[in-house]
Amino acid sequence: MASTTDSVSSRRFRIVNALWPAGTWLIALCVAAPVLALIWVAAGGNLDHWQHLAQHVLPVAAVNTLWLLLGVGVLVVCLGSGAAWLVTAYDFPSRKVLNWALLLPLAVPTYIVAFAYLDLLHPLGPFQSLVREMLGYTSPRQFRLPDLRGLGGAIFLLGFVLYPYVYLSMRVMFSTQAASLLEAGRILGLSSRGVFFKVALPMARPALAVGVSLALLETLNDIGASEFLGVQTLTVSVYTTWVTRSDLAGAAQIALSMLALVVLLILLERHGRRRQRYSSTQRMRPIQPQRLKGAPALLAFVLGWLPVVIGFVAPSAYLLAETIKRLHEVGGVSDQLLSSTYNTIYVSLVATVITVLCGVVITWAVRSARSRRPRMLQFLSRLSTIGYALPGTVLAIGLLLPVRLLDDAMNWVRSLFSDTPASLIVMGTMAALLGAYVIRYLAIAVGSLESGLARIPPSLEQASRLLGETSSGTLRRVHLPLLRPAIGAAALLIFVDTMKELPATLLLRPVNFETLATWLYAEAARGTYEEGAVAALAIVLVGLLPVILLARHQLKSGH
Amino acid sequence: MSALLELDAISLAYDTPQGLLTIVNSLDLTLERGRIGCLLGASGCGKTSVLRAIAGFEPLRAGRILLDNQVLSTEHKRVDPEHRQVGMMFQDYALFPHLSVEKNVAFGLRRWEKAARAERVASLLALVGLEAVAHRYPHELSGGQQQRVALARAMAPNPELLLLDEPFSNLDIDTRERLAFEVRDILKASGHTALLVTHNQAEAFAIADRIGVMRSGAIEQWDTPFQLHKHPVNDFVADFIRREALMTQRAQAYLRGGEAGEMVIS
Amino acid sequence: MHRRIPSSLFNSLAIAGLLASATPALADVTLYTTREPGLIQPILDAFTQDTGIQANTVFVKDGLLERVRAEGEKSPADVLMTVDIGNLIDLVQGGVTQPVESQVLNEAIPANLRDAENNHWYALSLRDRVAYVAKEIDVDTITYEDFADPKLKGKVCIRSGQHPYNTAMVAAMIAHDGAEATEQWLRGVKANLGRKATGGDRDVARDILGGICDIGIANAYYVGRMKNAKPGTDNYQWGEAIKVVRPTFANDKSKGTHVNVSGAAVAKHSPNKEDALKLLEYLVSDKAQSLYAKANYEYPVKAGIELDPVVASFGELIIDPLPLTEIAKHRKQASELVDKVGFDN
Repeated sequence: MASTTDSVSSRRFRIVNALWPAGTWLIALCVAAPVLALIWVAAGGNLDHWQHLAQHVLPVAAVNTLWLLLGVGVLVVCLGSGAAWLVTAYDFPSRKVLNWALLLPLAVPTYIVAFAYLDLLHPLGPFQSLVREMLGYTSPRQFRLPDLRGLGGAIFLLGFVLYPYVYLSMRVMFSTQAASLLEAGRILGLSSRGVFFKVALPMARPALAVGVSLALLETLNDIGASEFLGVQTLTVSVYTTWVTRSDLAGAAQIALSMLALVVLLILLERHGRRRQRYSSTQRMRPIQPQRLKGAPALLAFVLGWLPVVIGFVAPSAYLLAETIKRLHEVGGVSDQLLSSTYNTIYVSLVATVITVLCGVVITWAVRSARSRRPRMLQFLSRLSTIGYALPGTVLAIGLLLPVRLLDDAMNWVRSLFSDTPASLIVMGTMAALLGAYVIRYLAIAVGSLESGLARIPPSLEQASRLLGETSSGTLRRVHLPLLRPAIGAAALLIFVDTMKELPATLLLRPVNFETLATWLYAEAARGTYEEGAVAALAIVLVGLLPVILLARHQLKSGH
Repeated sequence: MSALLELDAISLAYDTPQGLLTIVNSLDLTLERGRIGCLLGASGCGKTSVLRAIAGFEPLRAGRILLDNQVLSTEHKRVDPEHRQVGMMFQDYALFPHLSVEKNVAFGLRRWEKAARAERVASLLALVGLEAVAHRYPHELSGGQQQRVALARAMAPNPELLLLDEPFSNLDIDTRERLAFEVRDILKASGHTALLVTHNQAEAFAIADRIGVMRSGAIEQWDTPFQLHKHPVNDFVADFIRREALMTQRAQAYLRGGEAGEMVIS
Repeated sequence: MHRRIPSSLFNSLAIAGLLASATPALADVTLYTTREPGLIQPILDAFTQDTGIQANTVFVKDGLLERVRAEGEKSPADVLMTVDIGNLIDLVQGGVTQPVESQVLNEAIPANLRDAENNHWYALSLRDRVAYVAKEIDVDTITYEDFADPKLKGKVCIRSGQHPYNTAMVAAMIAHDGAEATEQWLRGVKANLGRKATGGDRDVARDILGGICDIGIANAYYVGRMKNAKPGTDNYQWGEAIKVVRPTFANDKSKGTHVNVSGAAVAKHSPNKEDALKLLEYLVSDKAQSLYAKANYEYPVKAGIELDPVVASFGELIIDPLPLTEIAKHRKQASELVDKVGFDN
């Protein structure tokens, strides 16, 4: 391990250097607060309700969730790394476009993809209608395909919409791997496929671990798709326990048991990451893609575009068609839609900035840990990523208590100075909502920055120090510029995710504040799915912008 | 010549789960101003740790490090690396990939006034012969060029002492030899005091005024190349020196320089 | 009507999130509702028009009780509205409501449809839970218990068993038939499902048209909405594919159909109790009740309000005389039975 630059330095430096760990403590506490509140609330529940849950609800939900995670995990690994390798190692028509197009499903939230496909693949939908026509049937009662609703359908849809997490990290990893390492593999007698499985994939394991765990955390988190598709996952159980029985304690209890899964996933990810620290400023020859022609090129083309079509093109086309149909009928977009869009962009931008800043504080604090307690800081860093695992609803419930306490505290302080009556301060303003977003998505910032930092050799920092630059100066002049891609990637993912977020927003948003997601939900709840399509399309379109920026960045850096 | 660098019975050790692992045990070293010293030894002998301790990245278990009579490190106290007047050239060069050659060299000159800084950068680039690539980026340069940028950058803030960590190990043999002599010329021309570590005897002989052959955390013999070659103090040193045949004429010529250890070109 | 965010909220993004909550302006009522906002909005607009009082809506999909409880004394909520009797009574039992007395309310709402004892909750509209039957199928009468009949295997569509509409119905069945029989019934229905118990009520109609099932259970007002949609639209087609049959409970002589209610109560810490009461009274006025009937296709609580023609065409609604409080009482057990049977799995 790189040695720390621990030393007995002047007081001023000590104070400045203490800011990083202090910031980390603060952030970790904020993240821990909802979890602690949940434990508090869960402990307050009665025992025989817990028995009921443990007997009838938990086992089923746990099994479903595990199968879902397994299925989605396998699917995203295959799709994500396969696609990344395809685009890195081979050259075929449309490869340059496919390079970034494979990211497009990121713009489609899980609940929207479920909602779109339930229509698309419904017996009354376009796909089955076409099949019936081809086979000569007139009515769905004569012939219909199996229903999408169920575990299989959920795995399929989630896999095709979450694979970009894996694709992204694998793509970056593959394109920075030295060509010579892979060529060495070839010389040692491995075929192209052999190189993939025996050299490239193992070397890219940390990237794979990161991508998969993000995708699986997103799966654990999802409620919309699971609910629509009738899969009783742990998240859905938390939701229904709370909603139908107003049993917050029970919901908290289930939620806490989900944390066990979460911890496992996080451990998996960290284990993968701990393995290597790729850091080299040596000149890397990028991998030369192998040119394909004829049938293999066609195969590559089809295989490459398939995830994009399923994960993005089909649902978007559906939404577009429905929107056009709706606009034709009604003749315009409502004011609510416009104001919702504005609100969404605004709150997402602010959340992104705050989250990235927190991510920088944490990763830098861990990196430059004064040798006294580096483990403590690492633990805090890991702790702060737990927020990502909490389903939005649970996080929101978990935040209600701390936010109320904060309100009480602030009111008390204010009462010392003035006579203003007690009122809601934090609760019901955007602060609570932002807090939820930051806690939820901190993991993205920390993950991306950590792996970015890991790619920066420690000798760069040492060189900078010897050239007279302080630790924070080094962060500013050396690490941050080099971390720009990691920061950019994190910011984009966080922006898109906050924009799509639904359950926590519904609960924590201020009065009369609608985001696109909550508006869409309200429209869907009203039963006018056609109008919901407009909001859904808006979400996807807005979500496209960061994806396109991310894609262009990838293109520019020559990957 | 006065002593610039003084290592006074320094010891370095790590805490491991198996107990205390001693890397360097009570090592003494004195390097005069303007000289180029070298710690020569196989990997694991502790030479790099010594270098890092001088740079301020490793704590001392015992002893003192002094630079120009200022105490840099003791068992209890350690001056921050950024406050030592020490420059270092890293094995992997550690060039900042996001900065051009120019900006890399100028990195340590942040507090200088703009004009003075530009002048200094220009003169250093001229010294190492890289004016033509001032605007290029590290990944566009060859290994030898990168190494020279690293050297120029380390020299730019005019440090009292330059440390070089296996500076030639990433290069192929021919470049290595050529650069070893060039680096020596540059260092002598600028009058810098330097300490280099390497496992390669040819480099040591090509570049250094004084060489310390190291084994297991201690210096067996600290002497001029000529003395080491002619009068090794024990079998280990003798075997070590003879183990590698000297490669080029110039190196041989160097040896022929005899007791004064000066370069003689035949 | 949704306003854009006032600029003061932008400033609230200081990290401490300090924003002194504005005291509500006069003539301002804040409504927390689990009711789909679109349904209640036309009525609220009419309220504002007729009384000049501005109605702010906060749509809380879930956790209404939790939110209000957490907000505590400082909650700005004036009126709490839900679409399920269980949720409504939960609010009362959760201690976040206050009693209001009003002759207007007492006259408009029958005693069994409001909290006659303690005056906390009031029902505002009724929604019967009926059978959607594929048009081709010749069925005129049916009981809820029939849905477990094995001859319906693979033919039944219904939304999640845990949805409040369904748990209320199951609770009613427990009250009528007892817990054990209900459990058997749930197992029977589950075995008959044509697809997973998920989705909404309108999906039942859609899936019937799509051939996935022949019969289902859903709320009647959706049919009103579907059949009144523009011809050619999806909604219209789904409505056209089904007919409504009002089920009864096999053991119940009154031949009543299970109904649920949408209702409201005044929040305990309402900052504007007077206007809150005004809103409630407005909601049972002829105009509002008419809107419930005509715009939402629901059943008004007030007698003598004209129904939408499509709804009227379903025939006369005989309400299951089971007291609503009974339903609320068995809700928890109903939900547990649904879990036990693994209905949604």
